[in-house]
Amino acid sequence: MSKQLYKNTRILSGLIVRRDRVRIPVWLISLSTLTIIVAASFTDLYKNEGERQAIAETMRNPAMTAMVGQGYGLENYTNGAMMAHQMLLFTAMAVAIMSILLVVRHTRADEEDGRIEIIRALPAGRLANLNSTILVLFGVNVLLALIVGFGLNALGIESMDLEGSLLYGAAIGATGMIFTAITALFAQLSESSRGTIGFSITILLIAYLLRAVGDVSNEALSWLSPLGWILGSEVYVNNYWWPIFLTVGVASILVVLSLYLNAIRDLEAGFLRAKSGRKKASPFLLSPLGLALRLQRTGLIAWAVGTFILGGSYGSVLGDLESFFADNDMMKNLLPPVEGFSLTEQFLTMLMSVISMICTIPPLMAMLKLKGEESKNRTEHLLSRAVSRIRLMGSYFVISIVSGFAMLSLAAIGLGAVGNSVMEEGIAFGRLYSAAMVYLPAMWIMIGLAALLIGVAPKLSGIVWAYLTYSFFVVYLGGLLQLPEWMSTLSPYNHIPKVPVEEIDYMKLFILTIVAIVIIAVGFIQYKNRDIQG
Amino acid sequence: MSVLKTTNLIKRFGAFTALDGVNIEVNEGEVYGFIGPNGAGKSTTIRLLLGILKATEGEARIFGMDVWEDAVDIHKRIAYVPGDVNLWPNLTGGEVIDLFVKLRGSNNKSRREELIKKFDLDPSKKCRTYSKGNRQKVALISAFSSDADLYILDEPTSGLDPLMERVFQECVLEAKSTGKSVILSSHILSEVERLCDKVGIIRQGKMIETGTLNELRHLTRTSLAVETKQPLINLNEMRGVHGVEKKDRALSFQVDAEELDNVIKYVSRFGILSLVSTPPTLEDLFMRHYEGAGKTPKAGVGGAK
Ligand SMILES: Nc1ncnc2c1ncn2[C@@H]1O[C@H](COP(=O)(O)OP(=O)(O)OP(=O)(O)O)[C@@H](O)[C@H]1O
Ligand SMILES: [Mg+2]
Repeated sequence: MSKQLYKNTRILSGLIVRRDRVRIPVWLISLSTLTIIVAASFTDLYKNEGERQAIAETMRNPAMTAMVGQGYGLENYTNGAMMAHQMLLFTAMAVAIMSILLVVRHTRADEEDGRIEIIRALPAGRLANLNSTILVLFGVNVLLALIVGFGLNALGIESMDLEGSLLYGAAIGATGMIFTAITALFAQLSESSRGTIGFSITILLIAYLLRAVGDVSNEALSWLSPLGWILGSEVYVNNYWWPIFLTVGVASILVVLSLYLNAIRDLEAGFLRAKSGRKKASPFLLSPLGLALRLQRTGLIAWAVGTFILGGSYGSVLGDLESFFADNDMMKNLLPPVEGFSLTEQFLTMLMSVISMICTIPPLMAMLKLKGEESKNRTEHLLSRAVSRIRLMGSYFVISIVSGFAMLSLAAIGLGAVGNSVMEEGIAFGRLYSAAMVYLPAMWIMIGLAALLIGVAPKLSGIVWAYLTYSFFVVYLGGLLQLPEWMSTLSPYNHIPKVPVEEIDYMKLFILTIVAIVIIAVGFIQYKNRDIQG
Repeated sequence: MSVLKTTNLIKRFGAFTALDGVNIEVNEGEVYGFIGPNGAGKSTTIRLLLGILKATEGEARIFGMDVWEDAVDIHKRIAYVPGDVNLWPNLTGGEVIDLFVKLRGSNNKSRREELIKKFDLDPSKKCRTYSKGNRQKVALISAFSSDADLYILDEPTSGLDPLMERVFQECVLEAKSTGKSVILSSHILSEVERLCDKVGIIRQGKMIETGTLNELRHLTRTSLAVETKQPLINLNEMRGVHGVEKKDRALSFQVDAEELDNVIKYVSRFGILSLVSTPPTLEDLFMRHYEGAGKTPKAGVGGAK
């Protein structure tokens, strides 16, 4: 092994901080304020123990367990217990995503663009860049842990003592660290930044699903997932610290492994080799549509498998849910049965809104790929030939629309297939499928927004992700947090009728569709008339 | 004294052999031109020299140190400019230059200012907005403002305008005059011809020729155009004569260097009225090597053995 592998790590760390002088604070501030605001709002929402206990009862069901994790301390549902139960998992996942994106940005993405080559030709150690990325990310996560920990404690809520609050912060920080390490590892294995992001996010989703299925059916499964470890710290209830040490320990092992792999590999090479391709383009590739599809093929297939599994995992919970409802009178009082519909079906509507939002991610990626190609100066190659802008944008649009439909269908099929196999009284597939399909207009609005931003303000096209996150937040957690009505009105998903429990309101769907068509049209027209940027 | 020396360097990417026994030697104060067709292995060799690729077999030493083991120590004394410079979009050119200088640890402020002026770069702009040539300038300025002993340049002038190209050449000659060594890979033959003392030609991962330009010229054909009193006959049958063409009353043809003496003796028997001889341009030399190594006469000048 060669000498001075870490030389100049400090300067490179400085470079990372300098480059992300806006990005990192934005992540830190939004994640910590979100946490603290939610914690503060719990005290307003549930004034006394009685109210909290009532909500605890509604949380006692497998669907909730699958979504937010096992409820610790449901017998004595303090503000702290509630916070850890309802918010910890989501915040931890958001931190994981932050860590994944930041690590890729400073490792594989920089390497792919040839910037690491210049650094490596200077007297900087072979591992200095990876090492500094990991150090900065660990620093960011520790900082986040401390801000959140002391911030929660500073609210002065009785059940949120200093130890619990620090553990809450540590749980979030440890998740960030382990996903920093996982991403650092995939940055060595994969040859591209897209691949690295893809693999890392896949691990995150698998971790979530393993935990969901495990929490409901077999706890051993949950212990295979880092997210399961984190929740196992039982923050504010039993305050176990060892899961945090376990997580950080595993993260450290992964870091060592990724440093080792980095040290022995060539620059710009990976361990998962891309296989060599065909010599001639298949006729299928030879159109803007074919090209756009080809560029995204692998990603779309992965997502298709993913959404099917997602539907299936949720479906697997339905059986438990059914038997749970059968012998829980309390629940029947809380959710008064709607004539002709089982309680399971009522829960289904909530599942569908979540599924539809997750299924919106791949079509948005497909649409935004147009902008990505533009940023890399690759649309020029097409537009300088006999391809009109409308046709180019249309290709991405078609893929976006079709993939959205396909993802939603696959998720519904997965849900129906697995769900009906575990339930005693199944749900008619047609009913289930239409419950998914009604969400199409909302999805179209999201795609339309992406198209609009690409046409009007391509630099700001990331806003559509913020909007989707917002929708997810208000629809998924809005009920729990009792957010004001107007907040959820701002999301298209909120206007979708809750089939099968509600009637399909065709007028509403029609209006949503018209809105989608209008913004899509504006997007197209603007794209046609603006400068193409590099 | 040799500054850079590779011995039988082999690099494989999977089953593909990119470099197949490359031997290069660059001495102190020497400018070494490294040329060859696209995909021949120039950049691969250079990246091995920088210690960012690991050789499958063979050895490469710079300043007597191993390029992989002692990369950091070597890099303190070298400067590298790639042909495709990609920089951090939200840093300015000035910031990037300073970063590179800081990473190297040396500092020569006046030199930096002088070069920024010479290359006519606006260092206050964000790298996102730089044109290709301007990004190239950032790398060149950081390289030449350092006190390196060896400059490793991989198509450093791609994207520069002719004026800047000249500034670059001045920088290289200046470095050379102070005893620095340079290894320069380039497709711009006039640049190589002007700057390099020694040239190495690589093709399909093998060094096919190495030597000074004069030595290499020797290996190729001289173009002749002659007009004789009596019709020049049977020229085609002479050894080492190629491409005979009739132009007005003159004949033009090429002659292998080693047959030149014989051919001139033969031609003079027909009574020479006029004779124009053009030394082979570097271009001819390259063309012959690039097109097919098989036909090249292998006279005893360096290169791959
Ligand atoms: N990471 C890699 N994996 C597989 N093959 C590679 C890799 N890097 C380079 N090659 C192959 O090695 C050969 C040499 O490439 P190299 O970049 O060194 O050529 P070059 O002489 O610099 O060409 P150019 O003049 O076009 O810059 C090429 O055939 C290239 O395809
Ligand atoms: Mg090259």
